[in-house]
Amino acid sequence: MGSSATAARTALGRYGEDVAARHLVESGMTVLERNWRCDLGEIDIVARRGDVLAVVEVKTRATTNFGSPLEGVTPRKAARLRRLAARWLAEHPVKPAEVRIDVIGVVIPHRGAPQVDHVQAVA
Amino acid sequence: MSLGRTRAVTLEGVRGRVVEVEADIGSGLPKMVLVGLPDTSLNESKDRCRAAVINSGETWPNRRVTVALSPASLPKSGSQYDLAIALAVLAAAGAVPAEPIRDAVLLGELALDGRLRAVPGVLPATLAAAQAGCRRVMVPEVNATEAGVVDGISVVAVRSLSHAVALLRGEEPPDDPPVEPLATTENLSWQGEDRWSGLDFADVRGQPAARRCVEVAAAGGHHLFLEGPPGAGKTMLAERLPGLLPDLEPEASLEVSAVHSIAGVLPADAPLVTRPPFLDPHHTASIAAIVGGGSRIIRPGAMSLAHRGVLFLDEAPEFACHVLEALRQPLERGSICIGRAERSATFPAHFVLVLAANPCPCGLDFGKDARCECTQAAKRRYKDRVSGPVRDRIDIYRKVEPVRRHEVRDELGGVEGTSVVASRVAAARARQQQRYSGTPWRVNGEVPGPALRATWPVHATGAAWLEEHLAAGHISARGADRALRLAWTVADLRGDDRPMLDHVKIAYALRLSEPLPAAWPTDLPLAAEVA
Repeated sequence: MGSSATAARTALGRYGEDVAARHLVESGMTVLERNWRCDLGEIDIVARRGDVLAVVEVKTRATTNFGSPLEGVTPRKAARLRRLAARWLAEHPVKPAEVRIDVIGVVIPHRGAPQVDHVQAVA
Repeated sequence: MSLGRTRAVTLEGVRGRVVEVEADIGSGLPKMVLVGLPDTSLNESKDRCRAAVINSGETWPNRRVTVALSPASLPKSGSQYDLAIALAVLAAAGAVPAEPIRDAVLLGELALDGRLRAVPGVLPATLAAAQAGCRRVMVPEVNATEAGVVDGISVVAVRSLSHAVALLRGEEPPDDPPVEPLATTENLSWQGEDRWSGLDFADVRGQPAARRCVEVAAAGGHHLFLEGPPGAGKTMLAERLPGLLPDLEPEASLEVSAVHSIAGVLPADAPLVTRPPFLDPHHTASIAAIVGGGSRIIRPGAMSLAHRGVLFLDEAPEFACHVLEALRQPLERGSICIGRAERSATFPAHFVLVLAANPCPCGLDFGKDARCECTQAAKRRYKDRVSGPVRDRIDIYRKVEPVRRHEVRDELGGVEGTSVVASRVAAARARQQQRYSGTPWRVNGEVPGPALRATWPVHATGAAWLEEHLAAGHISARGADRALRLAWTVADLRGDDRPMLDHVKIAYALRLSEPLPAAWPTDLPLAAEVA
């Protein structure tokens, strides 16, 4: 696999995360943090609205030929998101009443606007 | 609307139970969860349904789909829930209107391309749906004739999932190719479904006493034991017994068809069994083949498939002992209850049992100058294989000897064919039906001894004569009861109102393989004259 293909995928993922962040803001949430890393892995977006804190995983695909982007989140990955959420909370002085794990699927077709599918509280 | 609801049927034996199928589309990652004790075959339904929905051009919801089958504590098995699950999910997704399927019962297995495959047990399932008050049942087109037999419920025949979806949306159904029926029904057809139709009672030459025994067995629903050397015509006689029986009454026909439907042997084009079935399992048959069995789905065995018909065990002593012993419960109760770890099932098993056996292992122990060389011990062992308790439940016992030439010569005028004897049997059965109307019994063979003695006693002279033989130990108490039933059948066949001494004597002779009185059978009037 050429490095250009990898680069293109990284760019697609990055663009998808931007689309997702915009979607969250449009739905009234505040983005607290993006691409937060620790030894467990990475959280794409941490957002908040009132007492609710959402740890958001963004999945981006160019086509749905190989299934919807949401299907890319395996039970194992969902479990890791829970651990990541706990770690993030431990390291930040935020005490929300409710913590949610969300997944946002973004499909970016060659033509037309990106489609966003936001699933709340998946794990 | 993220909740879809419809109904399906689960079968326990021949009894169906309506199962509610609910689909919920909730927040969560794409996943399908099936709850309500599904077994492996039912769990695979998840993947079939998803593929069928997508390949039918519909959208599978990109969310967590939970399908619940209720009552949740009842273990469920099989592929007949596919259609209900797929349409409940589509209704939950709002792809089809929810209202029309809410109270309907949906049956059928989905192929991955969305075709709706035939499933076994549609007839009893439809019966259960109708009894539960459902107005509409949607079934695979292949099973539609079978479901159509049931009154009081409208049957919607469907070829595929897209066909069902179009019907629900009120659109023009697609032009799908027809689906193949269940393979099992096809496999049987090589024997010819009408294997027995060419048999006539007139084919049997000689054997007047044995012929009469078969006639009495048919008329009163009595069990029959034929003992004789090879070539005496035991099998010929037994095979001609079903032909003497009248057509099944509508209710019996439904019962038989339901059992055959569960076994998957009901032909698609003839969904209602109207003739009494005839089963002649080979003596190597296992107990599960005869009695029925299976762990998750309990299937009926030969006993239940012979319900309201004839079960013929040729070479009876060659059958495994426990198989023969298993006959005891159905012979007494008319049903068989099969228990397994997870569930139990009751199947009807009300049949006329015909056993045939050789007189000894070599088969030559008959007549005055027997050429048999079997030892006494070997003969005893052979006889004992059909145990006393089983023998005791047999009504008619008859030794059959090879036909002698003069017997055939004496019959030059010809013997009675099936149609003549069957009309006499029908008249005798009509008399019994009239007598037993308002009781759970139909024929003499079913009436319990106490009820027979109390309500329909034979004439005092006959009863006294039988009492003497009972006291002398010639006949057991159970045997005496059986003789009373036989006496009634003899009277019914002759058109007499009540069994007299003569009838009881004939019954006694039938029971113990004694020579039949000379006055009988020759002066037996024809049924036509009686009626």
